[in-house]
Amino acid sequence: MALAKRIIPCLDVDAGRVVKGVKFVDIRDAGDPVEIAKRYDEQGADEITFLDITATSGERDTMVNVVEQVANQVFIPLTVGGGIRKVEDIRRMLNAGADKVGINSAAVFNPQFVAEAADKFGSQCIVVAIDAKKVSGEGESPRWEIFTHGGRKPTGLDAIEWAVKMEGLGAGEILLTSMDRDGTKSGFDLELNSRISKSVNIPLIASGGVGNLDHLVDGIKIGKADAVLAASIFHFGEYTVQQAKAHMQKHGIEVRIDER
Amino acid sequence: MVKIAVIDYGMGNLRSVSKALEKVSPEAKVMITSDSAAIDSADKVVLPGVGAIKDCLAEIDRLSLREVILNAAANKPFLGICLGMQALLNSSEECGGRECLGVIPGQVVRFGAQLNCDETGEHLKVPHMGWNRVVHAQPHPLWNGIESDSRFYFVHSYHAQTDSAQHSFGKTTYGIGFSAAIGRENIFAVQFHPEKSQNNGLQLLENFINWKI
Repeated sequence: MALAKRIIPCLDVDAGRVVKGVKFVDIRDAGDPVEIAKRYDEQGADEITFLDITATSGERDTMVNVVEQVANQVFIPLTVGGGIRKVEDIRRMLNAGADKVGINSAAVFNPQFVAEAADKFGSQCIVVAIDAKKVSGEGESPRWEIFTHGGRKPTGLDAIEWAVKMEGLGAGEILLTSMDRDGTKSGFDLELNSRISKSVNIPLIASGGVGNLDHLVDGIKIGKADAVLAASIFHFGEYTVQQAKAHMQKHGIEVRIDER
Repeated sequence: MVKIAVIDYGMGNLRSVSKALEKVSPEAKVMITSDSAAIDSADKVVLPGVGAIKDCLAEIDRLSLREVILNAAANKPFLGICLGMQALLNSSEECGGRECLGVIPGQVVRFGAQLNCDETGEHLKVPHMGWNRVVHAQPHPLWNGIESDSRFYFVHSYHAQTDSAQHSFGKTTYGIGFSAAIGRENIFAVQFHPEKSQNNGLQLLENFINWKI
């Protein structure tokens, strides 16, 4: 197996600044997105994801500028999510220098949007972002449901069925965030990840809950993810991407380490 | 001053390609263009591309670019990237089968549905997405300063099979072995994205700018 498992630092951007909250509230300022993206690139990040958390309330231009500035200096794949609702939104982000876009709520409201986007721009640039919460009780067979609006609105959609449907409509990748774990530093929801990874034939990015480097290893080995996404462990200087890769490699996971 | 035309046929990340070229060669003049005269006047030509082959070929013909592309591919340093590489072969299985430009003998075929890793038995997903190793199949000026077995960023569901080993310059393994870099005389073409492959990718683009044929 020569294909490396990927580490993707995620930058939540609010009005041009990187922020990080716990369970989508209690937001802390973490710095300038361009500086942070450059730092992660130098540390060997395999991709960078921006999540525009102001997006639904307008203010898209700031994000376009951020993407443009980062794309001038960072030559690894860039994904932008948050508020991507129309073909025009995708075109704008790709023109600014993004390689992929993350589609979240818009896929729930109009699944055909995913098909339209994949047809127009190719599946390789369409990442469907799924925010899921466990809704089954103790002792029941496990069930996860899709939530929108930053985890506030239940949709009644089963997360696993939804992932399969999104693959069928042309998604090139799934970004799966466990809303129960996001910001808690207690690790990925491994059961949810492995069930989705085994149900689809497109790559899965695990997200939500990373608190230490063992969590990344578990996400790949037990969660069967193809890539792991994390934010706060990198932003606040707890770990570098190099440290994360060295740790994964020590546990037998193939990672990209620049030999130069 | 070297003039490089990045052919604009509406397919994908042209800005990424031109930004990366400008990064490695600030003095080069990089034009994103669909103008035949501009492409003819360029010293070097890049054919990028992401998306589906049917749209790629349809757009090339709609913009009447086939002849100017074939001309450039016949005599200038020419770099194909991803779909721009696949378009150079004879035909592609994608979209129910398409004739391509036929500049390099070979076909484009889909990764099988049951793709497994030889060593671990792990089921491999399609698209092949991420950083994989490229082993040099033959020496080439575009490999200068890049070790064999270095990693580049890939994202694709179809891959090249050249008819002859002489046209294969780099090999990658993903369940099966395939040609990640192909070429002949003045043409070099890669399945991966050098513009998104950090240091190794920038080195390859710099080598392209310095390539004398």
